[in-house]
Order: sequence, then structure tokens, then C-alpha cells
Amino acid sequence: MEKILHTFNGMEFTVGHAILEFSYLIAAILFVWGLKLLSHPETARKGNIWAAVGMILAMITTLFLHEDENGARIGLMNMVVIIITIGIGGAIGLVISKRVKMTAMPELVSFFNATGGAASALVGLLEFGNPGNESLLVTLLGLIIGSIAFSGSLIAYGKLSGKVGGLSAGFMKYVNILLLMGVIVLTVYILLQPDPQAYVYLVYLLFGVSLLYGILFVMPIGGADMPVVISLLNSLTGIAAAMAGFIYHNLAMILGGIFVGAAGSILTLLMCKAMNRSLWNVILGGFGGGSSAIGEEGGTVKEITLSDAAVLLAYSQKVVVVPGYGLAVAQAQHITHELEKVLEDKGVQVKYGIHPVAGRMPGHMNVLLAEADVSYDKLVEMEEINKEMAGTDVVIVVGANDVVNPAANETSGSPIYGMPIINAAEAKNVIVMKRGMGKGYAGIENPLFYRDNTRMLFGNAKDSIQKLVGEINTL
Amino acid sequence: MEDIIIFFYSFREPIFIMILAIFLGIEVISNVPSVLHTPLMSGANAISGVIIIGGIILVGHANLSQLSVELVLGILAMLFGTLNVAGGFAVTDRMLEMFKKKKK
Repeated sequence: MEKILHTFNGMEFTVGHAILEFSYLIAAILFVWGLKLLSHPETARKGNIWAAVGMILAMITTLFLHEDENGARIGLMNMVVIIITIGIGGAIGLVISKRVKMTAMPELVSFFNATGGAASALVGLLEFGNPGNESLLVTLLGLIIGSIAFSGSLIAYGKLSGKVGGLSAGFMKYVNILLLMGVIVLTVYILLQPDPQAYVYLVYLLFGVSLLYGILFVMPIGGADMPVVISLLNSLTGIAAAMAGFIYHNLAMILGGIFVGAAGSILTLLMCKAMNRSLWNVILGGFGGGSSAIGEEGGTVKEITLSDAAVLLAYSQKVVVVPGYGLAVAQAQHITHELEKVLEDKGVQVKYGIHPVAGRMPGHMNVLLAEADVSYDKLVEMEEINKEMAGTDVVIVVGANDVVNPAANETSGSPIYGMPIINAAEAKNVIVMKRGMGKGYAGIENPLFYRDNTRMLFGNAKDSIQKLVGEINTL
Repeated sequence: MEDIIIFFYSFREPIFIMILAIFLGIEVISNVPSVLHTPLMSGANAISGVIIIGGIILVGHANLSQLSVELVLGILAMLFGTLNVAGGFAVTDRMLEMFKKKKK
């Protein structure tokens, strides 16, 4: 392994070097191949496993074969420290991921993203002062992007799990622009110094300002925009990891990081498109401040009793369930599946209408319903289900609000105007299950509730559906 | 200006890879059904944990003879990185497990 095989551009290389670089190549291929498989339903699970194999491979070869500038391998004691750290981190990660409820998935992804960002930020912070570092610009970029991803994801985590409230004042926009300018000015200032590495305290300051920017950048964003922000932060973490890859001239890190960054950016744009909003709008928008909330529809809402609802459903031809975040909160996915089975026994055709941004993450509803064993082909995407709406007898809206709000089609002053929605109002009857008359996450009035063909069924979605199943069974 | 030229030249290979990786990322993601958005995001998130390689290198060549702020932060970086990798892949797997085809 130690034998010098060949001298290349004045650099000697050994079998160890070659194996290390080759393993990085394999890891990079596995990342790309894994993500490719992940984008098809049948192969998705395999794809995830392959990507994980790539990661483990790269970790092991780095541990045993990496050499520093002086050609020294990683020492035995260092190895022990690394293995213990990985053991602890891995165990915590596995336990958290097994324990957490399916409904808390968006928070969890956000949390793991925060840890990745933190790791990148710390690596940038520590490598800056390293005398062998030839690429201070990318080091600082990795530090800045990693810090923003870290604090931003933590705030996103807090907001999603209800631990952090919203904060949306008009002046926030200007504070954020100032902070961002501060980050840029500080970076340029540090790099223009004759000996930038002597200014480590400024780098700590930069770290602090970036963290603050991450917090204040996510703080005012709310409503249906949360998934977009998570995806954006996700792609930032990838880019930060790639920047660290430049420090080490590590091609697996650069490829993996940038690849994830690009994929995340595209996913972000796809989501923005699904909501008919520009990314810029999402970032600066301060959605859901609710100043121009339109509620002139007024009128009265009509309630429906459980037994009436049961009769209405049992004697329908076709029922469409439109789930939203309320379904996740109430953990109502299993009982919803129960309702579907009961209705099908009565000869009713049941489908689910899935809005692309229903819930707090794209595909959130699919994951939840899949957990409850709802079969794949019953989950119908928005465009498809809208074509069937006119022929639908009853739409049951379970804890969804903004994604069925007709104001998006009709009221040009509404903050969600132009967002594609599931046209629940076109069905013959609509049953809306809600805890109360509260507004949706976007904080705007929903005229659907006041329509003539709409009936409200107040209460916790899980309890309501449970009772509904009981009622239908007695019919 | 000179610095930029030097930067480009000394990093020409990584820059090539970076540009190609951007196109690759866009290409791979473009036709994903929305059903898979959440697991995909989660899986991609786990891959961005490659920063753990940086953490291993950092701690691997760190001086262990004295306890320094750098060492503690380095170990912390590794801990965070592993959390990201292990948790990310495990949670993605858990999500995808539910998408298994049901036996009829």
C-alpha cells in the first residue's frame, strides 16, 4: 500500500491514494444512482440504500486511507475518537428516526438538515485558520451557507412543531437585506486583508451574523410556504458541504453536495410552481400576514349532524377525501382508511384528492396515507381529481383549508390568488371537518365554508371519523 | 483579477465536476411524481451529510494531546454530520417502507 507507484505532475501516489480516490468515485456514482432510483416509486427504497452504502464506503476509506499534507495517516487514537463519535451520533440518529411519529416527519427532516448545516459551518470555521488552507473564499462561503442552513432549519423545525411562533413585521424585509449585506461586506473585508487568517475573530463575527440571518430569514415565512423553505434550506446544506469539499479537494464531497444542491433547488422551484408563486415572492413575501385577508363573503355556516353525514356518504356513488394538515395533527390517517373500507363495502367509490402542497411538506399526505395502508392508485393528484369533481357526490375535506379555498380562483385581492387548488366546491356536496372556525395556516378566510352545498362537521377529525364509521356501520 | 484566475486554474477539475453535477441534479429530479417529494427531499438531505468526510479528516489529523476549542468543535461537527447521515437515511427508509406494494 505504501509503495509509490507513479509520479504524476510532481505528486507521488501510492496504492492507498488510488484506492481512496476510487472509493470516492464509487461513492459519487452511488449517490447519483441512488437519487435516480429514489425518484421512481418501485425502486425508491433500493435507491436510498445504495446512497447509504456509498456514504459508508466513503467514510470507511477516508478513515483508513486519508493522508494529510505530510503524508501521515489518521492516527490510532484519532481513529478511536472518530469511531466513538460516529457510534454515538449514529445511535442517536437511528433512535430518533425510529421513534418519531410519521406525522412529525417534516420537522424531523428539518432537524436533520440543521445538523448537516451545523457540521458544514463548523468545518468552515475550523479550517479557516488552518495554515494549509489555500481556498479561503470557499471556506467562508461554506461557513456562511452552512450557518444559514443550520439556524434557518432549526427555526423551521421550531415553527413546524409549534415551538416557535411567527414573526412578521414589515420592516423585517429591510433588516434581512441589511444583514445579508453585512455578511457580504464582512466576507469581502476579511478576504482583502493581507493576512486574512490573522482575523479569526472576524470570522467568528461572520459566523454569528450568518446565524442571525438564518433565523430572521425563516422567521417571517409561514403558511403554505414552509415546504418551499425546507427544500431551499436542504439545497443550501448540500452546497455548504460541497464548499467544504473544495477545501479538501475531495471530489465525492463536491459532487455529492452540489448534486444535492441542484436537485434541491429544482425541487424548490417545482414546489413554487405548484403554488403559482415565485421563489423571490416566497422569500420576501411574508405570506399570511393577513392584512388583506378577504372575508366579505360572510354569511352563515351550516352544520351537519353525524347521522346525516353518515347517510349522505353511504348513499353516494362517489366520494373524494381531501386531506390536509389537520389529518396529520389528529393522526386520523388510519381511521380515514377505515372509513374508506366501510364506504367501499356499501358500494361507494372512494378516492383521495392530493394537493401537491397539502400538509407541511410536499408529498406529506402520501406518506401518511401510505402508512395507513391506503392503496396507491386511490391517491389522485390535483389536476386529475379536479376533472372528476363535477361527477363527485361528496367531498370530505379533512383538516385542509387553503388548498380548497375558492378565493384562490375568484378573489384577485386574496394573498393566495392564482394558487391552483382542488375545486372541492364543484362537487355536489362538501363536508368540511374542522376543529373550529379558525383560519388556515395562510390566515385567510375560506368562502368555501359559506357555500350552499357545504356542511361543517366540527370536532377533532379522528373522533369525528371514528363516530362516522360507527354510524355508517349501523345503517 | 489575478486571484480569480489563479482560483479558476487551481480548481479547474472540481469546477468542471461542479458544473456537470448541477446539470445532473436537475436532470435526475425533473420528472419526480409529487408522491415522492418528501422521501426524495429526505434522501437528498442524508446525502448532503457527506460533510462527515470533512469531519473525519478534521478530527483524524487533529492534535489529541491537548484539549482545545478546535478539537471540541471538530468532534461536534462530526457528531452533527453523523446525525445527519444516519438519521437521514434511516428516516427515508422508514418512509419508503410504507410505499411497499400491498399483497392482495
